[in-house]
Amino acid sequence: MMQKLAELTKLDGLSGNEQDVRKYIIQNLADKSLEHYTDNIGNLIVKGKTDGSSNLKVMVAAHMDEVGLMVNYITDDGKLKFSTVGGIDSRILIGQHVRVGKDKIPGVIGYKSIHLQDKNERESVVKLKSLYIDIAAKDRENAEELVKTGDYVAFDSEPVFFGENKIKAKALDDRAGCAVIMELLNEVWPFELYACFTVQEEIGLRGALVAANRVKPDVGIVLEGTTCADVPKVKEHEVSTVMGKGPSISFADRASIADRELLMHFFKTAEKEGIPYQWKTTTTGGNDAGKIQTSGAGVKTLVVSVPCRYIHSPVSVLDLNDLKNMLNLVSKALHTLPEALGR
Amino acid sequence: MNTETLVKQLCDINAPVGNENLAAEKIKSFFGPLCDKAYIDRFFNVIGYKKGTSSDPRKIIITAHYDQIGMIVSGYEKGGFLRISNLGGVDTKALLASEVIVHGREEVYGVIGAKPPHLLKESEITKNVKIDELFIDTGFPDDVLKQKVSIGDPVSIFSPVISMKNGCVAGKSLDNRAGVAALVLILKELQNVKHPHDIYVVATVQEETDLLGALTSSYALEPDLAVVIDVCHGDMPEADRAQCFPLNKGIPVAIGPAFHSEYTNALFEVAKKERIATQRCIEPGNPGTEAWAIQVSRLGVPTVEASIPLRYMHTAAELVSLQDIENAAVLVARYVSGDIFKTTEETD
Repeated sequence: MMQKLAELTKLDGLSGNEQDVRKYIIQNLADKSLEHYTDNIGNLIVKGKTDGSSNLKVMVAAHMDEVGLMVNYITDDGKLKFSTVGGIDSRILIGQHVRVGKDKIPGVIGYKSIHLQDKNERESVVKLKSLYIDIAAKDRENAEELVKTGDYVAFDSEPVFFGENKIKAKALDDRAGCAVIMELLNEVWPFELYACFTVQEEIGLRGALVAANRVKPDVGIVLEGTTCADVPKVKEHEVSTVMGKGPSISFADRASIADRELLMHFFKTAEKEGIPYQWKTTTTGGNDAGKIQTSGAGVKTLVVSVPCRYIHSPVSVLDLNDLKNMLNLVSKALHTLPEALGR
Repeated sequence: MNTETLVKQLCDINAPVGNENLAAEKIKSFFGPLCDKAYIDRFFNVIGYKKGTSSDPRKIIITAHYDQIGMIVSGYEKGGFLRISNLGGVDTKALLASEVIVHGREEVYGVIGAKPPHLLKESEITKNVKIDELFIDTGFPDDVLKQKVSIGDPVSIFSPVISMKNGCVAGKSLDNRAGVAALVLILKELQNVKHPHDIYVVATVQEETDLLGALTSSYALEPDLAVVIDVCHGDMPEADRAQCFPLNKGIPVAIGPAFHSEYTNALFEVAKKERIATQRCIEPGNPGTEAWAIQVSRLGVPTVEASIPLRYMHTAAELVSLQDIENAAVLVARYVSGDIFKTTEETD
């Protein structure tokens, strides 16, 4: 799973441009006999193996898309101005290496050197509109031969295994969830399992809605990478999750409130099996569960996440044990789900 | 080895200012095969000596600093984090979400994180982050980390140089490995040329803090002429155009009180003869380069400077043109292998 995760993060799949991730998942499913289809907006839906012992229909979802940038203007001197795709902290952009467009033209995000900044500039945060991408084009004409407005821009950040069981990469949110679901598809389930690799989560949970409308599940489990602010100078009640303490289970966030029955079942499973877990201690953020829950006549949902430091940045970090425990918890809890729900 | 490979290999070396001992042997290995003698002095300046053909040779030094800006570990934070201070002129704006190597008992990889944006106070959103608010996340438990890293260990940015379009490269430490690459290319140029005077290429230390390497090596070598090769600001949007030089539009040659006017004129003459384009780089006072220290070494040293335009100095996005590096090398090689002293003394 870890190697697959690393490979998944190498792929560029910004919202609306997820095809490389989708292709990778299809090509790397261990069981080639699984039925799968790609829907009208690009969601990949894979039907898991079932022994047919339960009439329950379960959707597990993880989004394929990642945050990044999009070229929106080319200047006379051949620099690329850009907008963000999804939520990006503009403070982290200066000095980053990026890849632009289909041809992955290498670029860097520049700002005039510190030597040339006045006092005010040295002390202020640079606004997004003052930043640009330099692809070493000679001028506008030369730049237009290489890229065009509307091109997606992804961070150039190779996965690195480091520290004690850590990985640094871009797009851990939510290739981590994708990697876990790929593992779940190796198992035989008592119910109908629909693995949904969704699109456009980062710009408003758009893929999950369409996928849920098609699948019409009884239960939706969303596997996410979530904020982990257990870093220096952050107050204890603000950390959301703590790295290394296991997958987090959310009571609620801005988009959905967990189904109490599912919540208790996952909690009891973790306790019974001795799997490390934690409660997400903040209710910020939102994810695909918001749309799945309100689809059709309503769906019971739960969000299980792997804590992810520096999320939405090219140097996101997660603990590999958290990911293993997430897979273990979700797998165990799903196998006993029909019993728990009396189905 | 082509210039691109040379530059990439040189930039992969880590020499945070004051810790050049980590790198001196590696730098020397580039000079050794091309010199009569290559050695490392007590401050870790790396010197390559090439003997001249004259019976009464004069002494020319060509310097390029090989230290790099970086950080130094200043403390531990619970949870496997390290606090840091700067080594040289670091722009903290360019540090957030960077990858680093801590040079501890072993090399430890880490990332520079920050508080997540949704937890920032209004003032923190508009005010640039200070270095004491940054930390390195090493991913190790505290007890393990303390065995690997001590306070005072230097830290380098980890950002391998990437190939760009139009013969450009970008990454960390091009300031001033671009100059060191030029030194290597100069030595290559000199392989097939009879040069009358003794030539010393000097990869110097601690330029980024106080020009220490230039100061000590020029005193020790007592040159008759010094050529400094360093990067200057490339053209960047929103930056003062008088202080920036476009890439691939000629080698900026420094003009001002820190530079000997006659020897500088001779440099322009050589450029003209060799059809190498130049730009005029105006430095009315301290140019912020090694020329400032070398010029006043001992009884004074005539000093000239050739520059390589570089964008986004002191970030992991430093960007240069390989053609500029090659042109600077050819220009300086032709200059130092000519009968430079005769020409200028006649005009004195």
